[in-house]
Amino acid sequence: MSEPLLSVRDLEVSFRTEGGLLQAVDGVSFDLKRGETLSIVGESGCGKSVTAMTLMGLTGGPNARFSGSVKLDGQELLGADDEVMRSIRGDRMSMVFQNPMTSLNPVHRIGNQIVEQIRAHRDVSKKEAMARAVELLDAVGVPDAAQRARSYPHEFSGGMRQRAMIAMALSLEPEILIADEPTTALDVTIQAQILELLKQLNRDFGLTVILITHDLGVVADIADRVAVMYAGRLVETGTLDEIFYDPRHPYSWGLLGSVPRIEGERLARLAQIDGQPPALIDPPPGCRFRERCPHAFGKCGEEPELLSRGETPGHLDRCWLDISERPALRQLPSGLIGLAKPS
Amino acid sequence: MALFALKRLGSMILVLFAVSVLTFLIFNVLPSGDPAVRMAGKQPTETQIEAIRVEWGFDQPIYVQYEKTMQNMFSGDMISYFNQLNVVEEIWKGVPRTFALAIGAAIIWMAFAIALGVWSAMRAGGVSDGMLNVFALIGISMPVFWLGALMNQYLGFELTQILGFELFPNGGYVEFSVSPFEWFHHLLLPWFALSVLFIGFYSRVLRANILETMDEDYVRTARAKGLSERRVMLSHVLRNSMISVVTLWGLDFAVVVGGGAILTETVFNLQGVGQYAADAIGQLDQPPIMAVTMFGAFFVVFFNALIDIVYAALDPRIRLQDGDTAL
Amino acid sequence: MTDALAKLDSPALDEPLMEVQSLNKHFPLPGGSLFGKNKGAVRAVDGVSFALRKGETLGLVGESGCGKSTLARSLLQLLRPSSGSVKFRGVELTELSSKKLRPLRRDMQMIFQDPYTSLNPRKRVGHIIGEPLRIHGLAEGAELERRVREKLDQVGLSGDYYGRYPHEFSGGQRQRIGIARALAPEPSLIVADEPVSALDVSIQGQIVNLMADLQRDLDLTYLFVAHDLGVVRQVSDRIAVMYVGKIVEIGPAESVYTNPIHPYTASLLAAVPIPDPRANEARERNPLEGDVPSPSDPPPGCRFHTRCPFADEICEQEEPPLVDYGNGHFAACHHPLGRTPRGTG
Repeated sequence: MSEPLLSVRDLEVSFRTEGGLLQAVDGVSFDLKRGETLSIVGESGCGKSVTAMTLMGLTGGPNARFSGSVKLDGQELLGADDEVMRSIRGDRMSMVFQNPMTSLNPVHRIGNQIVEQIRAHRDVSKKEAMARAVELLDAVGVPDAAQRARSYPHEFSGGMRQRAMIAMALSLEPEILIADEPTTALDVTIQAQILELLKQLNRDFGLTVILITHDLGVVADIADRVAVMYAGRLVETGTLDEIFYDPRHPYSWGLLGSVPRIEGERLARLAQIDGQPPALIDPPPGCRFRERCPHAFGKCGEEPELLSRGETPGHLDRCWLDISERPALRQLPSGLIGLAKPS
Repeated sequence: MALFALKRLGSMILVLFAVSVLTFLIFNVLPSGDPAVRMAGKQPTETQIEAIRVEWGFDQPIYVQYEKTMQNMFSGDMISYFNQLNVVEEIWKGVPRTFALAIGAAIIWMAFAIALGVWSAMRAGGVSDGMLNVFALIGISMPVFWLGALMNQYLGFELTQILGFELFPNGGYVEFSVSPFEWFHHLLLPWFALSVLFIGFYSRVLRANILETMDEDYVRTARAKGLSERRVMLSHVLRNSMISVVTLWGLDFAVVVGGGAILTETVFNLQGVGQYAADAIGQLDQPPIMAVTMFGAFFVVFFNALIDIVYAALDPRIRLQDGDTAL
Repeated sequence: MTDALAKLDSPALDEPLMEVQSLNKHFPLPGGSLFGKNKGAVRAVDGVSFALRKGETLGLVGESGCGKSTLARSLLQLLRPSSGSVKFRGVELTELSSKKLRPLRRDMQMIFQDPYTSLNPRKRVGHIIGEPLRIHGLAEGAELERRVREKLDQVGLSGDYYGRYPHEFSGGQRQRIGIARALAPEPSLIVADEPVSALDVSIQGQIVNLMADLQRDLDLTYLFVAHDLGVVRQVSDRIAVMYVGKIVEIGPAESVYTNPIHPYTASLLAAVPIPDPRANEARERNPLEGDVPSPSDPPPGCRFHTRCPFADEICEQEEPPLVDYGNGHFAACHHPLGRTPRGTG
């Protein structure tokens, strides 16, 4: 096994707020191998976007505090010099955001926005950079790329803007592409196009991707490995199959169970998760999910480690439940996986 | 585009026409006294007054009077009721002075406002930002006639006494052709007196715009691209934040150029269009008031149209909409 | 589910609660200012007809800009339709003045998408929920408070929340408040416009289940507008699919999902990634190419022909009518998938 391309250890991000210290990311660790697609999945406020922004060195402001380590190919990024981070951003690591409608500057032409990025990192002429921009737009499926490079963002549809964002992110052949909810603002047919594009880039060019999403369908479509986040912590990580067919953490069960399906038998009721995530300012000790977990017991007042508890060494979870009892606990009467109340 | 320009021109003319009619009507219902009586001099006879009435057309129906007034204005034959001087010629005398004041002040207030607005926004919440906020408020609340009078008194008069030479002259205007240095020298105080309010106001508006723009998704994108902070600020934050400020700028400039800086011109005795207007209003002299109002309205309407064009250049989203209506 | 299907088989059982005929809602495009005239219109809803049966849930799906939200608002006369007919309990709504509509509005309520902006932040929860009762003069004083508390209880919120402000609540709780407000005047029809799309998955499940319980307990009729095909299937008895201002397919939910007739419906379903990696891998996806055409300049003929893999000459020229394929399943397509229209085949 080669060295991981990106290695995150015990990453903590907190913000000083009027209400107290908000622990947005709390001890997140993972490795990212070259050419793989890692999906970080969770609900709003779970810390997945803050994690992504922190990797890029974009979580700023006087109120943010960091600890832990983020290593890109052995180079420590957390706490690195601003100029070092600037040279890495957009070049070795780049990012695509959720809302393509607002993520491009409305007053600059699409082509120029790509040129700007290229020239921020490479000493090339405007003309050369523009030629490259057109080539990229063409590669991500923007028709009449040479023409459309002269368009303004408002002249593009949502799907086309997201393609342009991806072209821009890829303009310097980054080692890692971080995509934060890249299809959430798009219609489902356009989402399918963008996911296909990402898969193709991964397949053809070995692009390494971190995909942040709340949509388990998208995860199932594109990820190689999955990390499930809840209330600032990773609660489970594993391969795609491990997470979908042998999920270990009750929160993962709940997530899987609450997705309404378009195929198969229609469920009488969705397997909902009761309650809501805990506040991140002074969260209660122990397992963060225990308030909502129907299987919680006395031990859950202590914080479980993120460990491999089964036979598969790469499949980690943060739960005290006996590993052998879990398959029975997550089985719904319908045969699907979900978070059922114990009868 | 041609049709768009034509439409725009049409509505400009319509607005100017409406302004002229309104001003004329307002003047006619104001209790300004019978101009014929005033023009007839001391102890006139009824016949003399009647003769003047007929000569100047005050006996005609109001729409005929209006027509005559407008005709005189555009042919340049408009005569003041008060001193019988040609109104259009008087205005032209004031134009270079007013333009000099307006252009210089507009450059000064915009430059200072950008510098202070950016500086303030970059340090938002800090001590210097708070102090600038206080200064801006003071600047906005200082009446220009008071500030101008203070400047005249202390910088123009007393400082000269102390130093023994004129660091700042005490009011007045010197033609550019006579001495460019003296021209500049005499305008310095008026420029700053007029600019203080605008600097205060614009720098706050710009600061707020910049802070709002910094939260935009595309600014985050710009950082994610690895642009330098300077580049992010100039190309993405400032440009987008300036759009509404430029609009304000155009409108305020139009007002000043159109003779709106009445107080500044009067306090520093610049003898510009604004001061001329002030005098005419003091004497309830209808022809110059009509003429100055139209002069001012023209600039406001003209700059409004100009702003639309500049706005479109700054924000391409506007361009498309204009294109749509133009076709 | 089975109850709903039984109802569908005997449509004569119930009079439709709402009947919509050739409904149009066109928004004029901004033309020139002073001397200009209109430059055409956005045909957001363009000739839509359907009926809403008492006690059913009709799911209305489609991509953004297809006109589904405009249709929902036009039905309730929140937007006045440009032409066409909307009959509610036999009363023609489009001809009623705002004043005459008012008593009918009590019976038709709406739930909005964004629980963060649809509640007035300055008003207490009790006031928000009680407002429709006051407007319609249904209750006041102690009786009003009693009924508001009862609604809070029905949507699973504590009566203690009566005096709190919306910002003190999470998204899911706010949506419950929005539902309580809609329920307060005891309506028979509720139009829900994307009621769960702003919510997290785990909260979505709570709201979907709550709405199902309320329907069962209070005998409500729902028009459920959403873009999420999974959610719509979960709640709906029947489904209507919209594309660029038109209903292209309408029918019983299971029939539409398992045997879609219109190629657009099929592509829409195929585009949804399902949370099952192996099944996902095995599915044929063939993503649709291109973008949705603009409703201000819809393509001639079938509006889907620009993206349809089966389109041919007739699709470019003739607009297909909604045709009955039996069992209450209708579609508007020249090349229906695996079907022949009833009567012609």
